[in-house]
Amino acid sequence: MAAKKENTDTQAPAKVTVVLPRALIDLFPGAPKDVELAADTVRDMIEELNTRWPGMRDRLSDPTPSIRRHLNVFVDGRRANLMTGLRPGSRIYILTAMSGG
Amino acid sequence: MKQKILILLGTKKGAFIVEGDAARQTWHLRGPFCAAWPVNHVVGDAATGTIYAGGGNEWFGPAVWKSTDLGETWTHSSEGLSYGEGEPPIKAVWSLSSATDGLYAGVEPAGLFRTTDAGQSFEHISGLRDHPTRPHWQPGGGGLILHTIVPNPSETSQMWIAISTGGVYYTADAGKTWTPRNRGTRNDYMPDDQKYPEFGQCVHSIALAPGMPNRLYQQNHCGMYRSDDGGLEWVSIEAGLPSTFGFPATPHPRDPETLYLVPLNGDVLGRYVPDAKAAVWRTKDAGATWEAKRSGLPQENVFFGVLRQAMATDPLSPAGIYFGTTTGALYGSSDEGERWKLIAENLPVIHSVETLVVDA
Repeated sequence: MAAKKENTDTQAPAKVTVVLPRALIDLFPGAPKDVELAADTVRDMIEELNTRWPGMRDRLSDPTPSIRRHLNVFVDGRRANLMTGLRPGSRIYILTAMSGG
Repeated sequence: MKQKILILLGTKKGAFIVEGDAARQTWHLRGPFCAAWPVNHVVGDAATGTIYAGGGNEWFGPAVWKSTDLGETWTHSSEGLSYGEGEPPIKAVWSLSSATDGLYAGVEPAGLFRTTDAGQSFEHISGLRDHPTRPHWQPGGGGLILHTIVPNPSETSQMWIAISTGGVYYTADAGKTWTPRNRGTRNDYMPDDQKYPEFGQCVHSIALAPGMPNRLYQQNHCGMYRSDDGGLEWVSIEAGLPSTFGFPATPHPRDPETLYLVPLNGDVLGRYVPDAKAAVWRTKDAGATWEAKRSGLPQENVFFGVLRQAMATDPLSPAGIYFGTTTGALYGSSDEGERWKLIAENLPVIHSVETLVVDA
């Protein structure tokens, strides 16, 4: 039984907290500022966000594929890309870059 | 049934709707919509009353916004607005056009998409980007953009599009294959012996004359033109105009001989109205002669321009004409251009003007 539990824990995606920017929340009525979800990479995290709010993937990443040029994603304080791994308890900030006119 | 007219504005900071009565005497402004994103084009589908807005945001990419309640609520999608993995991402939607087989979207970098599910998803009309001249297209001042889409209303499989700076392209097989249609249009930025190339001209806008599916008008960076054979040959109609440079070319809604322009003072002189006096120039003989219509327009210290999609007519009688300026003013005429009134001011830079008439 113990071995089975350990195996389950190993395969389950990490439970993390994602903090969404205000400008993104405005585009998806009902989306909260802080989102609890399970994902092992930033790319998986975006897919999970897209499952909950269809269309959010296209707002956050482009099909090259890459995080959009004027967005920054920080995982536990470090700038991340789509392949960056997530750990249980990671806190991910999605931030809009200084941009506009 | 009573009707009302909506003037649909795309601006640098969102979409706006200016709502007027059928008499076109009183106007009420609503907006900004679309989260105040830069919006390049707003169009209305007269059959359904649905409004679509195309644009792009530096943070969140391109999108087509949609409202089915005349602007009260909006949704957005860019599903399928992609050239695929490894290809350059699409920055913005630039132009929208309803056709019998769906809504078409022109984007930056230049390409054409279509939605057949009312804006929920888009498919790439790949034949255009497969054209062998595509690697030679160059970005104009606004980027490498597909900015004009002209479906042939009498033949679904036919369409003209315009790219800055690629020129005019035409399809007769619903987008599978395309041919350049620029013969007779000038490119002043080429050596003397190469000023009339097959493609690469800086077309600013094209428009189809009503009731004449082979008559097109074209405002180019380098001249004003008309074609009476679907773009196979273009002839200059710039004699009598104050400038060869401008952006929109807007036909009368019913008279194929009548066209409205806003010439600007030139591409190197500031790109505002000539002599700093506002005028809409009108021909009633397909470009043989032109007259300036100034009544009601400012005639002193005017330094605005009018962008390529920022002039439109309405379908009422007499026809209404409207244009928006780079300084955020909206002017209108309810008598086919004879007299003009300021409808709104202090808006963001106006990128596009279209109209939609609905039941009141």
